[in-house]
Amino acid sequence: DPDTKTEVVLLACGSFNPITNMHLRLFELAKDYFHETGKYKVIKGIISPVGDAYKKKGLISANHRVTMAKLATKNSDWVEVDDWESCQSEWLETVKVLRYHHQKLLSADVTNSLQDDVPITKLGRKRRQEPNRHEPIKKKNQSPVVKSVPQVKLLCGSDMLESFGVPNLWKLEDITEIVEKHGLVCISRAGNNVQKFIYESDILWRHKNNIHLVEEWITNDISSTKIRRALRRGQSIRYLVPEVVRAYIERNGLYSAESEASNAGLLLAPLQKHASDPRSSQ
Amino acid sequence: MRSRIPVILLACGSFNPTTNMHMRLFELARDHLHQTGRYQVIEGIMSPVSDSYGKQGLVSARHRVAMASLALETSDWIRVDPWESQQDTWTETVKVLRHHYNEALRTFQSKELTRNKHPMETSTGDSLSCQQPVLPELKLLCGADFLQTFKTPNLWKEEDIKEIVGKFGLVCISRAGSDPSQLIQESDLLSKFQHNIFLVREWIQNEVSATQIRSALRRGLSVKYLIPDSVIAYIAQHNVYTAESERSNQGRLLQPLRL
Repeated sequence: DPDTKTEVVLLACGSFNPITNMHLRLFELAKDYFHETGKYKVIKGIISPVGDAYKKKGLISANHRVTMAKLATKNSDWVEVDDWESCQSEWLETVKVLRYHHQKLLSADVTNSLQDDVPITKLGRKRRQEPNRHEPIKKKNQSPVVKSVPQVKLLCGSDMLESFGVPNLWKLEDITEIVEKHGLVCISRAGNNVQKFIYESDILWRHKNNIHLVEEWITNDISSTKIRRALRRGQSIRYLVPEVVRAYIERNGLYSAESEASNAGLLLAPLQKHASDPRSSQ
Repeated sequence: MRSRIPVILLACGSFNPTTNMHMRLFELARDHLHQTGRYQVIEGIMSPVSDSYGKQGLVSARHRVAMASLALETSDWIRVDPWESQQDTWTETVKVLRHHYNEALRTFQSKELTRNKHPMETSTGDSLSCQQPVLPELKLLCGADFLQTFKTPNLWKEEDIKEIVGKFGLVCISRAGSDPSQLIQESDLLSKFQHNIFLVREWIQNEVSATQIRSALRRGLSVKYLIPDSVIAYIAQHNVYTAESERSNQGRLLQPLRL
């Protein structure tokens, strides 16, 4: 019954420098996973490229990265690109991007529902219910359309999950909010250390029901780093990225030894921010 | 300046269906040969095996050729050749190589005939056009697992292996973790012709196996971004892969093992 399934939006944050077939696969794998549970319906996928203020080495302008992602998703009927994050002048914590999209979803949902009977959980307020509960909120009065609150879940690879352990990269309260209020969908290769990593973290363990682990049955190691390396060496990247993205890169002469040197020596924005924030210690 | 040797790459296989990995093999091989400075890859040929191969799950050649063709639409140098798939019986790989080499030779000779009739003025002083044209070479493009099959008893005739690696040559793509050079060292025959066996490492792992693709399709799982969209559409339109199609040739011995 489609009306009692929890609607899910998958949000992927990252550099997308450039976007590859592997990034796009994450969405497909996550969608299949949720549908197979029979309890969720994935209604949208959002790619949110990070802003230039992230200061990662080799990061090229957000304009190009957003354009390439848009080209890559042109023929997708459910994955789209959102450039809100990339337009911000300062780097934004991932949790803020999640909140933004969650709020956006709720506003749209309220506008769409026949009756204003969906309780909007105010962000920041503690929930009375169990933190990892995600059953649809049923109403007493039998309205014809009983919809649950759509959820925005952070879609990522095991590297992002494991980056939670990098000192000063994430605020503990942010990690908590991500897994408690939103949820994580983590795609990883078989035999990966993800489960061990979750086990070793009290916070992640507590909310493990809201951390969905999806196994990637086809080894797909098409990292953006390797794509950029191949381009610098004049090697082909065909069939690793969508053809339109490859053509765009070629046309615009993106990615060279010079572009790879950008931001060299600079501290990554989250590390810079946390270094100056006394509350950053876990 | 010595001109580069023109090379044609030939890949034989089931292509059931053609995946992004199949096409990557061509790209990797071409890059590798170009970087030696000695070769110029002028063409890539995908040759789907005929239905008489008898492999389990093999769908009709008509579909496999059509899908390969769709997959290669965006390529300006790789094409699919249906000759092998159109033969009544299964054709040994060495015969497929011979056929395509003869075709290449024919093309080369007719081009030479045309050139000799209309000699070009070398106004630009391009040294290449003054030189004797170089005969093209045809090389077999394969994965490391193919090299491994040379060891399977009764699968290959020794004289065929000799012709494949000696006369033609192999471009063998292997995964980041494996190293087929040991395989070559262990074989006297292969060691003798190692100058004609090009080993290429695939550092960007992309192990899209056709078997897994078919399995995913049967389960209604997505294969987008693993095989071209045009191939996905074709498969859906013609309902190519089903539980039934996977059972075809079940229990049957592969044709080469029957000889």
